[in-house]
Amino acid sequence: MGVPIKVQVNGKTYERTVEPRTLLVHFLREELGLTGTNVGCETSLCGACTVMVDGKTVKSCTQLALQADGSSVTTIEGIADGDRLSAVQEGFWEKHGLQCGYCTPGMIMAATHLLSENPKPSEAEIRAGLKGNLCRCTGYHNIVEAVKYAAAKMA
Amino acid sequence: MKRDLDRPGGSATLGGDAASSAVSWPRRPIARQPGQPPHDSALGHVQGSARYIDDLPLREGELRIALVGAPCARGRVTRLDLDAVRAAPGVVGVYTAADLPGANLWGPIFHDEPVLAEEVVAYLGQPLAVVAADDERDARAAAALARVEVEEEEPVLTIEQAVAAGEFIGPQRQIARGDLEAGWERARQRIEGRFESKGQEQFYLESQAALVVPEEGGSLLVYSSTQNPTEIQKVVADALGWRQSQVVCEVLRMGGAFGGKETQAALPAVFAALVAFHTHRPVRVVYGKDEDMLLTGKRHEFHTDYRIGFDERGRIVAAELDVRSNGGAYADLSTAVLERCMLHLDNAYHLPAVRIGARVCRTNLPPNTAFRGFGGPQGMAVIESCMEEIAARLRLDPLDVRRVNLYPADEASDAALTPYGQRVRGNLLPEIFDRLEQSSDYRLRRREISQHNARTDAWGEPPCVLRGLSLVPVKFGISFTNKTLNQANALVNVYTDGSVQVSTGATEMGQGVNTKLAMIVAQEFGIDHRRVVVRPTSTEKNNNTSPTAASASTDLNGAAAVKACAAIRERLAELASGLLAGSTDGLAPAPEQVGFEGGAVFDRRAPERRIDFAELCRRAHVERIDLGARSFYATPGIDFDRETGRGCPFAYYTTGACVAEVRVDRLLGTLELERLDVLMDIGKPIHLAIEMGQIVGGLVQGIGWVTGEELVYDGRGELLTTSPTTYKIPAASDLPRDLRVEILDNDLNRHNVRSTKAVGEPPLMLAIAVWTAVRDALGAAVALGARPGDLRIPATHEEIARTLSGCSVEEWIAAS
Ligand code: FES
Ligand code: FES
Repeated sequence: MGVPIKVQVNGKTYERTVEPRTLLVHFLREELGLTGTNVGCETSLCGACTVMVDGKTVKSCTQLALQADGSSVTTIEGIADGDRLSAVQEGFWEKHGLQCGYCTPGMIMAATHLLSENPKPSEAEIRAGLKGNLCRCTGYHNIVEAVKYAAAKMA
Repeated sequence: MKRDLDRPGGSATLGGDAASSAVSWPRRPIARQPGQPPHDSALGHVQGSARYIDDLPLREGELRIALVGAPCARGRVTRLDLDAVRAAPGVVGVYTAADLPGANLWGPIFHDEPVLAEEVVAYLGQPLAVVAADDERDARAAAALARVEVEEEEPVLTIEQAVAAGEFIGPQRQIARGDLEAGWERARQRIEGRFESKGQEQFYLESQAALVVPEEGGSLLVYSSTQNPTEIQKVVADALGWRQSQVVCEVLRMGGAFGGKETQAALPAVFAALVAFHTHRPVRVVYGKDEDMLLTGKRHEFHTDYRIGFDERGRIVAAELDVRSNGGAYADLSTAVLERCMLHLDNAYHLPAVRIGARVCRTNLPPNTAFRGFGGPQGMAVIESCMEEIAARLRLDPLDVRRVNLYPADEASDAALTPYGQRVRGNLLPEIFDRLEQSSDYRLRRREISQHNARTDAWGEPPCVLRGLSLVPVKFGISFTNKTLNQANALVNVYTDGSVQVSTGATEMGQGVNTKLAMIVAQEFGIDHRRVVVRPTSTEKNNNTSPTAASASTDLNGAAAVKACAAIRERLAELASGLLAGSTDGLAPAPEQVGFEGGAVFDRRAPERRIDFAELCRRAHVERIDLGARSFYATPGIDFDRETGRGCPFAYYTTGACVAEVRVDRLLGTLELERLDVLMDIGKPIHLAIEMGQIVGGLVQGIGWVTGEELVYDGRGELLTTSPTTYKIPAASDLPRDLRVEILDNDLNRHNVRSTKAVGEPPLMLAIAVWTAVRDALGAAVALGARPGDLRIPATHEEIARTLSGCSVEEWIAAS
């Protein structure tokens, strides 16, 4: 029943056989042990499961692993440069852009994508750009600050 | 007494200059200040390496579970046929109430809730059986094969239905004070009506979860996403007929909780424990989000009938309030939530003659439970709505009505007495009112808004936008109203290299309690916070703990930790005084002169000679001095008699106020938050960024409760809003255009640890200002048929449209 797929995840190539119904998030978490990507709503609304596939953000809870065949996936585990945090990661850390942390990996992926498309976003653009990622703890204020910090740092 | 109120917040000030542009976020950062540690899990969170239950590595032989639930909300089970479930592929076992070796009833206050329902089902989806399989999909597929037949009965779903059917939980409760008869005689006018607020889903992003691992010698280790590890330990032990000593519950962190994991983390943990008991295999349970929303309790819906008499200035002279909450099917924490509601119906106002009656209604919904504020928001919203109504009646500015009713700064005054007889001490609210009125330009904006709204004279004529403004105070009592829970113990272990581990009963749900505890302990020893590690909460290290709730976890556990540190410091000071004296001529050993600072100890009389803290610890070990301590703290001076409704339930109050300005589209009912100004007295902050995070996070959660978050049930008692598709929590794009938060930095709250004040829950209630501002805006459309007094919580766009139309709920439903 399994289907062979070949996916690059965080720069490493994996060849695996998956059941066709396997979701990308389960493939990442269970098959590859990359548990940084969280599952919140399972309905593509909260953004906790956000990863990047070929440079675009994807809600991995509503995408099949099969669909990522031949693609390059980046998860929260692959976003730092070795021990050096990315500017966005540093922003969340530095600006206290997190509380329980459950939304954080997805937020960081979404923010990273946002900044790659729009390196100098206004506050309104940041808020609009993150509206697909829910956070129940922070009230978003410091998350926006974190993204601004990253934008400034990357400039 | 240091009190620098002329410098509100100092570096804490968050907020811009008055001339704000359209999009204006706080200009000054509330992020970490220099020298403050990051959140203790920050690195793990940004790297994705911080673990939640579902991230813990797969155990050898691990099982997953699924539930067989009640097909209707109320009835008698006539058949529970699980044969097909047992025969399904991958199924390892199926367990019902009959398989529970211990008690099938549990509950935090009354033991009235079955772990697994037997003959009677009382809410839709109520678990009847637990299915265990190697794989979660197999378990779920198998559970769907169960044949459950129930003799259905008409469910009781609403407060009205429960009252009509006489279905209640716990006794009628009352708080009364003053001479009501005389009050009514003095009253010039009166208002009366019913105020309604709906429930709210906690919506922690990490759903309920547990991993249960059987250990040697008949014991279980339970990893749970719970605010209350001791409760999990007890409930699991009871259900298995075991002793509490056979169960250890450990909590690393939660992916959010907000009260929703105070009691309701127990059932999933017990289900997993039941399977582990029978199979001797590790068992993991992680609820799906829809499952979690369907099965777990929420903030209580409340209805309050009010009758308020007042004088010509709007001063309340008589108040009668009858409160009903929708408790759901079992007691859970409902009676305690009701009690906190009663204790917050006064919010910040003196009610000289008052009678409050209250009761929990039993309905066929999942048992409602704790949610940040715990009845406080529902109570405060009632009196705040009344303030608006009184002001409208007297054609006064609601701010002036609030001010004449406000508890005074003078604590000796008769007007400083609450309905339950506790005195409001150290009250900074009058000052907060003055400052906010100024800093928010309240009067100027009020004039502008009145002029703007006055142009609204006919339907369809511009402007379509109504503007509203409101200032609402919050006075939130800190302590558990159940006196017993106001205790904590802490274990502090110092190692020979001068590093420290701390363990308390406080659980980390993102609120930063671990970071704050580490800072407190580091300060006690005068060492860098990086030398202090706060360990996962475990019932093995800290026994009989209270839930991390009531905003009090830092107060209680921090105070216990300080005592433990003091005990160790005393021993170290004894040793150090001898060492320091020996090396300094003419100095007699004096332990009380030993200071701990900058990673070293010294004698204050000769501070230049220092011994490194690590070196001192090493020496202490050599000298056989105990470097560990366990301490205990119980909040002094609190006592409340729920029978008489009198006493001092709270150690102190956390206060603050919020000015909200909103814009309502009078044709569409849509709402925009224009500007919020917040000023809070949180005593002396320990970690400003973390506390500001609590303020903004709580505020936004409260905005969700009063505006967009609406729970909808159908006539069968099925929740229809079971995912963020239909249940709208605030997103980044829903925030106020302009948000300004300041705190009053002060050290007046001397009797709490480090002169701090608890900050977890109070900010949520600041959001009531948003709701009253909407009501204020609707007041401008009364001539057009709007009925602002009808507005309920939440003020969704639809609710606003209904109120604008002047339709009653029934007419509105009929028309749509
Ligand atoms: S879990 Fe994928 S969007 Fe919520
Ligand atoms: S930090 Fe908890 S959900 Fe965002």
